[in-house]
This record gives sequence, C-alpha cells and structure tokens, in this order.
Amino acid sequence: MSNVLFDAPGPRARVRHRYIGAVTLLVVLAIFGFILYRFIATDQFTAQKWNIFTVPYAQGKIVEATLATLKAFGLAAVLSLTLGLLLMVGRVSKHKWISAPTYIFVELFRAVPLLILIMIMYYGLPPLGYTFVTPFIAVVTGLTLYNGSVLSEVFRAGIESLPKGQAEAAYAIGMTKTQVMRMILLPQALRAMAPVIVSQLVVVLKDTALGFIVTFQELLYLAKSYGTQVQLGSPIIPSTIVVAAIYISLCLLLAGLAKFIEVRTKRGPAKNIRAQQLVNEAA
Amino acid sequence: MDTLLNNLDVFVDGFTLTLQVFLWSALFALFLGTIVGAMRVSPVGPMRWVGTGYVNLVRNTPLTLLMFFFAFGYPKLDLPNVSYTTLAIFALGLYTATYVAETLRAGINTVPLGQAEAARAIGLTFGQSMSHILMPQAFRAVIPPMMSVFIALLKNTTVAAGFSVAEAGYIRASLSERGEPAIVVLLWVALFFILLVAVLSFVQRMLENRLKVLR
Amino acid sequence: MRKKLSLLATAATAALLLAGCSGGDTTGAGSSGAPAAGGAFEVATDVSLTGSPTYDAMKSADKVVIGVKEDQPGLGFLVATTGERTGFDIEIAQWVAASLGFSQDKIEYKAIPSANRESAIVNGDIDYYVGTYSITDKRKEQIDFAGPYFITGQGLLVAADNDAIKSESDLAGKTVCSATGSTPLQNITANFPDTKTNSFDTYSQCVEALKDGQTDAVTTDQAILIGYASQDPDNLKVVGEPFSVENYGVGLPKGDDALRAFINDTFTNGNDSWQAIYDETLGLSGTVVEQPAVDAY
Repeated sequence: MSNVLFDAPGPRARVRHRYIGAVTLLVVLAIFGFILYRFIATDQFTAQKWNIFTVPYAQGKIVEATLATLKAFGLAAVLSLTLGLLLMVGRVSKHKWISAPTYIFVELFRAVPLLILIMIMYYGLPPLGYTFVTPFIAVVTGLTLYNGSVLSEVFRAGIESLPKGQAEAAYAIGMTKTQVMRMILLPQALRAMAPVIVSQLVVVLKDTALGFIVTFQELLYLAKSYGTQVQLGSPIIPSTIVVAAIYISLCLLLAGLAKFIEVRTKRGPAKNIRAQQLVNEAA
Repeated sequence: MDTLLNNLDVFVDGFTLTLQVFLWSALFALFLGTIVGAMRVSPVGPMRWVGTGYVNLVRNTPLTLLMFFFAFGYPKLDLPNVSYTTLAIFALGLYTATYVAETLRAGINTVPLGQAEAARAIGLTFGQSMSHILMPQAFRAVIPPMMSVFIALLKNTTVAAGFSVAEAGYIRASLSERGEPAIVVLLWVALFFILLVAVLSFVQRMLENRLKVLR
Repeated sequence: MRKKLSLLATAATAALLLAGCSGGDTTGAGSSGAPAAGGAFEVATDVSLTGSPTYDAMKSADKVVIGVKEDQPGLGFLVATTGERTGFDIEIAQWVAASLGFSQDKIEYKAIPSANRESAIVNGDIDYYVGTYSITDKRKEQIDFAGPYFITGQGLLVAADNDAIKSESDLAGKTVCSATGSTPLQNITANFPDTKTNSFDTYSQCVEALKDGQTDAVTTDQAILIGYASQDPDNLKVVGEPFSVENYGVGLPKGDDALRAFINDTFTNGNDSWQAIYDETLGLSGTVVEQPAVDAY
C-alpha cells in the first residue's frame, strides 16, 4: 500500500513496523493499566460502590434519566431540522430583505457558545416575565437555535454542491421557485448531505449533557447525585462509568447510522463538505 | 451599560481566565492531536488502531461528561492535587485533540499522491519530500479548518463554568450575587464571544486568502 | 413561524409531562412520627385562604409542588435506594402543605440547587421552596419569604485531621468551597479577600472536594455542616463558632402576601409541631434550639 507519506514497506521496514507496533500497544496497555491500578488502589470496584446500581428503584431512575436525555434529543433534533430548512430557504432567497436578516441570525447563533444560549434561556428570560422556561425548554431551545443555524449552512452547502443545470432545467420546463426547491434541489441535497446531517445530530445528542449545568435532570445529573452520597461510598467514578457507557453507546449508535447511510447512498459528500462537517462537529 | 461598567473587574477576570484556558488547551490539543493524527496515517497497524480508537471514542463522548470525569473523578484517584482549572484544560485538550487529529489527516489527504511520487522519483529523501513538498501543501489546506476547530474550542471553554472554573461562563453566577439582572450580564457575555469569534474568523479568512493553493 | 410556535407549545407540554413523571415520589417521612401520632401531619380540611394566586393554582392542580434540597443529610435528603425524602426542611414543607390542606400524596418535590432557587420560584416551577433558604434583602427584591422558621449561622467544615483551621480567622491563603450563588460564598469573597474559593451547585460536591483534598474547608450554614459531619465523623468535623446569622425562610412568589401571612400564622400557632419536627431530625445531633419568632414584614 502506497500513500502520500510513505512507500510500500520493504522487508526491513516491515520488521521495524512490527517493533514500533508492539511498543505502541505496550504504551497504551501501560496507560490503561495505570488507570485501572489507580481505580483498584482507591477501591473503586468494591461492592459497596456498585451496590446502588443493583437496586431496582435506582435502575428505574437511570432509565428515567436516559429517557429524559432522549426526549430532549428527539425534540431538539426535529426542531433543528425544521429551523435549519426554514433558515436555508431564507438564506438562498433572492430578496435581500429576507436573506440578509437570515444571514445575521445564522451567524449570530453560530458564534454564541451554546451554554451561554441555554443560560440566557434559563436564567435570563424568567425575570422578564417569561416564566414558562424550564430547564428542559431551555436546553431544547438552545440546542435548536444553535444546531438549526448550523444545519441551515449544511443544507445550503448541499444545494450549492448540485450542478447548476439541475435548477436551470427545472425552470426551463416551467416549474415555480417552490417546486424547484421542493422537488428537484432538496431531495438531492438531503441525500448528499445525509451523513453530515446525522453526524450533526450526534452533536445534538452530545450537547444535551450541557443540561446538567442548568439542572436538567438527565444522566449526568443523576451521576452527580448518586456519586456524592456518603452512604453509598461516594461512587462518583462508578456512576460516571455507567453514565458514560450509556452516552457513548447512544452516540456510537447514531454515528454508526451515519456511516451506514453513507455506505448505502454511496454518494458521500464532497471533500470540502466533509471538512466542514468535522468543523461543525467540533463545537 | 452600567452592568458592564460597574462590574468591569468580574468581566475582565472572567474573560482573562477564558483566554488562558483557551490558549493552554489549544496548545495541549495541538500537541496531542498532532501525535494522534500522525498515528492515524502511520504505516504501522497498531498505531492506526490506537489512533482510530481514541478518535472514535472521545468524539462520541460529550465534553461535559469528560469534564465531569476530570473534575469529580480524578481527585478520587489519590493522584497529585491539581486545580480545577488545570483539570478543565486537560478535558478540553483531550476532546479538541481528536478534531485536531482529524483536521490534520484530512489536510494530508488533500495532497495528491502524484506529488509524493514525483518527489521520490527525483530522488528527494523522506525528510526533503516532507519539508519541501508535502508539508507546505498540507499546511495550507489545514490552517482554515484548524481555525474553526479553535473557534469551537473557544466556545467550549464555557462548559468549565459548571466545574468551579470562574471563566466567562461563570460571570453570571458571580454577578447574581451582586444582584445584577442575569439577562443583561449574559447578553454582554454573548456579545464578547461574538466579537472574539469574529476576530478569529477574520484571521481565518485572511489566512485562507493568503494560503490559497491554486490547482 | 406558526408551525414553530405550536412546536414550542408541544415542547412545553412535553416538559410538563416529564416533570410530572420524574418528581412524583411522594414518600413522606415514614420513620418520623412527627406531631400527629399517625405518622403524618393533620391535613387541614377547611382552609380559608383567599387572594393568593399561588394557592389558587395549587387548588386547581390539586397538588402542591415544593422545591427542596436533596443532598443535605438531616435537612433535605433523598435516600438514593428508596426515593424517600427525609430531614428537617422536608418535614417543615409537609407541615405547611398539611396546613394548606394537602396530604402527603398530593405533594410533588422538585430538587432545586441554591443557584437556581429564585429562578425556580419566579418561573413558577414550584409553589414554594423549603431548603436552607436564607432571608436576605437582595432576594426579597425577586421573591418573598415566610418565616424565619430556623436560625443558624455560617460555620466551617474541615477534614478531621486538619489542625490548621480552627475558626474563620485561619482562612487566609486557604481554599474554601461553597455552593454557587449562596450567601456564605458571598460573605467569603466580600470579607476574606485572601481566601480562594471553589464553588459547585451543591454542598455534597464541596464535601467530596474536601475529602479529596481539592479544598481546605467547606463553609455554609452550620446546621448543614453538622448534618454532613454526623454522616461521616471519621473524616469530617465542624470547627469554630457560627460567624454570621442566617434566617431560614420559606421562599414564595413575590407579592403573594396572603399565602405569606397564612404560613407565618401556621408557624406561630403551631404549638409543639415545630419542636416535634426538630427533635425528630436535627435535634438528634444533641443540639438544643428554640423555634424563632416569625418576621411578618
């Protein structure tokens, strides 16, 4: 196998690679071993610390918290997709008075940290009389505004990646602007963008964890509340492990779905869009 | 405006700490991300597996969870005491490193194979083809998306506010003790973030134009 | 846009449903035999309270939503294995609920950390709040207080083997932890400039930080600290005398004077209810305290 950085290895290089590979594995094992050793040395695996997870009542609470996380995610996902579509349509509008404000909206909400957005909802609005804002609403609204803005740019990139001829041909056979968007451009753009869209949804799922900071009673909140109880032996590390396992499996499932779609449609997004996807995800 | 001027000390302290956390975690992320990125494109199988495993695992972990583990889990392990700010920097660095690694990898992949082959064909050594042919091209392709990764990092520093780090995200809490209206405080914080992001985006655009590779 | 609004409304409904199923555990103080011999407070039947929007809302919902703490042993505590709530504040909350005509199965508890108490009351997330809530003028700008029902003061909790900190005068150069947005934290930042601070949502996290050596002392109301120390006497101890005065009140929506007067009357005319509650909970630590007179401002 040859690539930009190196040629196909010869026999001596192969031997060298084997040594380096072994060393790498040893280093990684050493790191894991050390962490495990610290866990054992500080009694993280004693029965007392894990006991809480065998109590049916506590298990019920964990299920409840997982559902709370999923509920926030589901609602925020649907709302951000909707908002993203609306903003995209506004953004590509030929009318300056529509596209300019949409542009500012998108840029503003992409620049403000999501946590600050959620805090504005949760701490800022109620004193002004908008007293319906619960932690759940604050989290979902924050997620929607931010991810809706990001998704609108994804949709737009998808539409701009299509050959110009598509729209031109559609106009030529007499379709209206709405028809062109709805029947020609969007279906193709959505298909091309499906992996990017799903990986943006992974971001939504990950960011529901921010709700912990505004007391939304999701998985992390539960981990904290169990982890700080002296009677249980302060099992913060066991709780974190349990919660992390749930969060990471959920995210991996979604990420796997993205991969699956990408393979199925066999029309991965263009390279520059791929880069953009990475950048969106980082946030 | 009064809210800002009367509490300028809190705002200045908060954003100073934000920038410090940002810089240190950016450095840490660059360092670790470069190593991981190199591992991901390495010819050695186990290195690639480790790199890939790390990236996939950490990228699918919420940052809040990572910070949670560092702030509350690490002190339980009887290791040397480390301040909450440092722990937050570690969490942010570990998280951002995966994106740095992926950006680097994507950058290297933008260089056409023919460039490397041509370099080898005219007899350049590995070091020469790296420093004269590959890196200059990859570097140009990497800078703009890397700036975006750092913009995201800047915004992510706010998460540390939930873990006893008194940075910009914490200003609201400090000022609610002084009885300032939360919405005004938060809008100021948001505005400063918009400005900071705008500066970084401007630098990004400038670099993008200067480094554009015409192919 | 209309679609968006209706979706928002859906969000609100979903949130309400969610709140409904997560906070529904109304197991009272099973072990406490507080005033009435039956194990619960006598539920008032003919409550005459008019002109209170909060009470009207409770009546039409046929339940009362009470904000509490759930991580303060002896005051407001949630037993993780059973979902049972115990402590002095919980019993006070039940007493008030009973006087308003709500039995224990009509109570919905919501755990609200210190920093979000005003928001929760202003938002209407809860009907009233009973959870080590100090009465201060600043808070009175946003909400109202009934009571006080308990008086304590700021104290210090340190590791059992710590001989360096004996009182608040030893705090220079040390790190002290308290809850985000709490009065004790304000006191430290304002009056002890040489002392560094950590802050978390809940005192439990501070206590963990203390045990892990991340902080030198935890400061808050002594009543709370005694609760923690009695839970883990091998590792923790309370030092010094209280160096401030904190009056605990029941947090109410601003302007609901009728409800405030009603709760104050409940406290004033409660005969030995208060003492019984105290003896069952904080009194177990051996300290003797009298019920304070309410401040009906």
